[in-house]
Amino acid sequence: MAKKMLIAEKRPDLLRFTMPLTALLAAMFGFVGGNMAAQPMLGALIGALVGCAIAFVAETNLMRRTQVRWGVIAVLAIAGLVFGNVGTAVSGAIIGAVLSWTAYWLATGAYGMTVPIYYTPAQTLWHNTFKFICGLIFFFLVAPLIPVMWLSFNAEDFFTFTPEMLNFQAEGYSLKHYRDFLGTDEWMVPLKNSLIIAPIATIISVTLGTLAAIGLSQSHVPGRQAIMAILISPMIVPLIISATGMFFFYAPLGNWLEATLGLSQSFVGFVKVILAHAVLGIPFVIITVTATLVGFDRSLTRAAASMGANPVTTFFQVQMPLILPGVISGGLFAFITSFDEVVVVLFVGSAQQQTLPWQMFTGLREQISPTILAAATILVIVSIMLLTTVELLRRRSERLRGLSPA
Amino acid sequence: MKFTKPILTTMALGLSATTSLADGHMASDMTLVSWGGAYQSSQINAYADPYVAMNPGVTITWDESSAEAVAKLRAMNEAGSITWDVVDVVAADALRLCDEGLAMEIDPDEILAPAPDGTSASDDFGDLLVGDCFIPQIVYSTTFGYRTDMVPAGVEAPNDICDVFDLETYPGMRALEQRPINNVEWALLCDGVAKEDVYDVLATEEGQEQALAKLDTIRDSVIWWSAGADTPQLLADGEVFMGSTYNGRLFAAIEEQGQPIGMMWDAQVFDLDGWIIPEGLSDERLARALDFIYFATDTQRLADQAKYISYGPARLSSAPLVGQHATLGIEMAQHMPTDPANAANTFLYNYEFWADYRDDIDAKFQAWLAQ
Repeated sequence: MAKKMLIAEKRPDLLRFTMPLTALLAAMFGFVGGNMAAQPMLGALIGALVGCAIAFVAETNLMRRTQVRWGVIAVLAIAGLVFGNVGTAVSGAIIGAVLSWTAYWLATGAYGMTVPIYYTPAQTLWHNTFKFICGLIFFFLVAPLIPVMWLSFNAEDFFTFTPEMLNFQAEGYSLKHYRDFLGTDEWMVPLKNSLIIAPIATIISVTLGTLAAIGLSQSHVPGRQAIMAILISPMIVPLIISATGMFFFYAPLGNWLEATLGLSQSFVGFVKVILAHAVLGIPFVIITVTATLVGFDRSLTRAAASMGANPVTTFFQVQMPLILPGVISGGLFAFITSFDEVVVVLFVGSAQQQTLPWQMFTGLREQISPTILAAATILVIVSIMLLTTVELLRRRSERLRGLSPA
Repeated sequence: MKFTKPILTTMALGLSATTSLADGHMASDMTLVSWGGAYQSSQINAYADPYVAMNPGVTITWDESSAEAVAKLRAMNEAGSITWDVVDVVAADALRLCDEGLAMEIDPDEILAPAPDGTSASDDFGDLLVGDCFIPQIVYSTTFGYRTDMVPAGVEAPNDICDVFDLETYPGMRALEQRPINNVEWALLCDGVAKEDVYDVLATEEGQEQALAKLDTIRDSVIWWSAGADTPQLLADGEVFMGSTYNGRLFAAIEEQGQPIGMMWDAQVFDLDGWIIPEGLSDERLARALDFIYFATDTQRLADQAKYISYGPARLSSAPLVGQHATLGIEMAQHMPTDPANAANTFLYNYEFWADYRDDIDAKFQAWLAQ
């Protein structure tokens, strides 16, 4: 009910505003669709006509929004089914939903109701264009992931949308790439290596990074900025340069460990990769912990000292609990850095330390197998879960520090 | 009961002593370097798994780095830490590594098994033993595959190398490797140069211009590939009508994946792939590497590999032993690049020519691509 009431008092003109804009959007869709039949211009023309029709129907049926929108969706879906397959029908339905929404949004004048009443038309236009650009940015960030996830359920061994997949037929889909990923040493050994290397490197980065951040936040440390710059440098220096340097730096170190201490080649390899990844992770920890320390009230440490606590007790009992969210998010960034890293491990590691990104890199180059897509999908989901954790921690930290009412 | 424990310990010690003696102090870890994909699986199935079954306690790690083997071996050599034991490379890379002293020189008759009938290894491998370090495994070829469903109606399927350059009869995109090797030879062949004159013509400035001019005629219809997996993917997508790649990749796409692709063997270019042993291994690791090589390059093992991939075994004595595909059960002989029906018109990659002219022609080709 509430939606039907959303009609502005001053509605725009049909022929000079609603119809051309809807037609323009529809022509864009038509252009893309027409491209598939190698007739982009014809597609754009048909699209523009469909857009005009939708705008006209919307203008003349302002109060029957729900019925008209479902009608448009149904008509375009059926048109898609007639001229193509199930896949085009779904596209038709989505385009119908977008076009009819736009037509009503324009025709009812709803576009002008989210801005302050004193806005000029130009300001309203900019307000909506800005929102549209933001939407586009979001779309371009996320859209490339969708085909990757979709293709990971491919029943074939190629990165190809088969006709069965586009028709949403069961035989076009399979979980075999997930079985390949989860069931073979080829992928499980790299996963295991990644799960050994990343957590240990993270622990080292977090320990050293947190200590460095606390030290550098003291005003009496000489040359703070210079030390900070050096510690942050692994983030700024091109990775390939750091990797080459690390390769030549760690090779004699590894030889010494093997020859003098008699450690096994595989163990030494892990030590080298873990140390290299720890170096890459430290800057992220320093930056996040330094940011958290800005909001840390130093009088608390003085209060603790005045009550007889030594600096170590003060750190663990007072400072650490308050900066913990920063430490954890720094740790997560360090973990992701190591878990996603391919260049340094290719240089410093040997085949016994093959990590997941290494395996994906060589697999993508030598055999374009959708198993990589299955691995990527799993990694994306893991990354989303990690980032969600970071966000929840950030909110908790804000709440604790009283920055947001909750 | 009191005595049982020492006796068991002695027995265990004795046992471990005999095993280590039988191994002749060989390292128990070995890193093999190969190309990944179906080719590496064929090596695992034909060589590595049987070898580990015979030598329990040996662990083999695979590194899919053959594509950058030369660069990596150089870096490892400079850093003084060689982590690879046996490396699979194409013959041209083996020659470079040998020249630079990064690969170990070998005496084939000393380290490789003779054929079952007693023929020496050097005779069994024959001409394929190029250079002083290379231990051949397979003969592969770079050849064309085409989409059978994209052949224009009323036209014969492409069966001549010059069909690649014939855009009128066979319109559509082509996939060619992004380097001059093979492409310039094919271009000259289709520009009226006789097969035996190709390299003489290519050695001249005008000949190189002529080859690039011929490639220019199809340039707008070419997608350039750089990894062996690209062309099968492009063919499966229908992005290209025909494309060059390694014959084993096409075999996998046709027979294992059931893609509508046909083979065009005309003017296929033979090349060799095989092992090298890096220079600078410790004695134990070298002993293990040599033991593996002796086993993995014998007549039966090379013939076994052909059960998993359609590359021809490098030994003469292996050819009669090539049987059926291990899982598909189809006769493999007819899918080998060396099969007489497929090898009616072939080229052997000319190592000397390309060693001398590669940098020069590469530069011209890349400049032409960038125009």
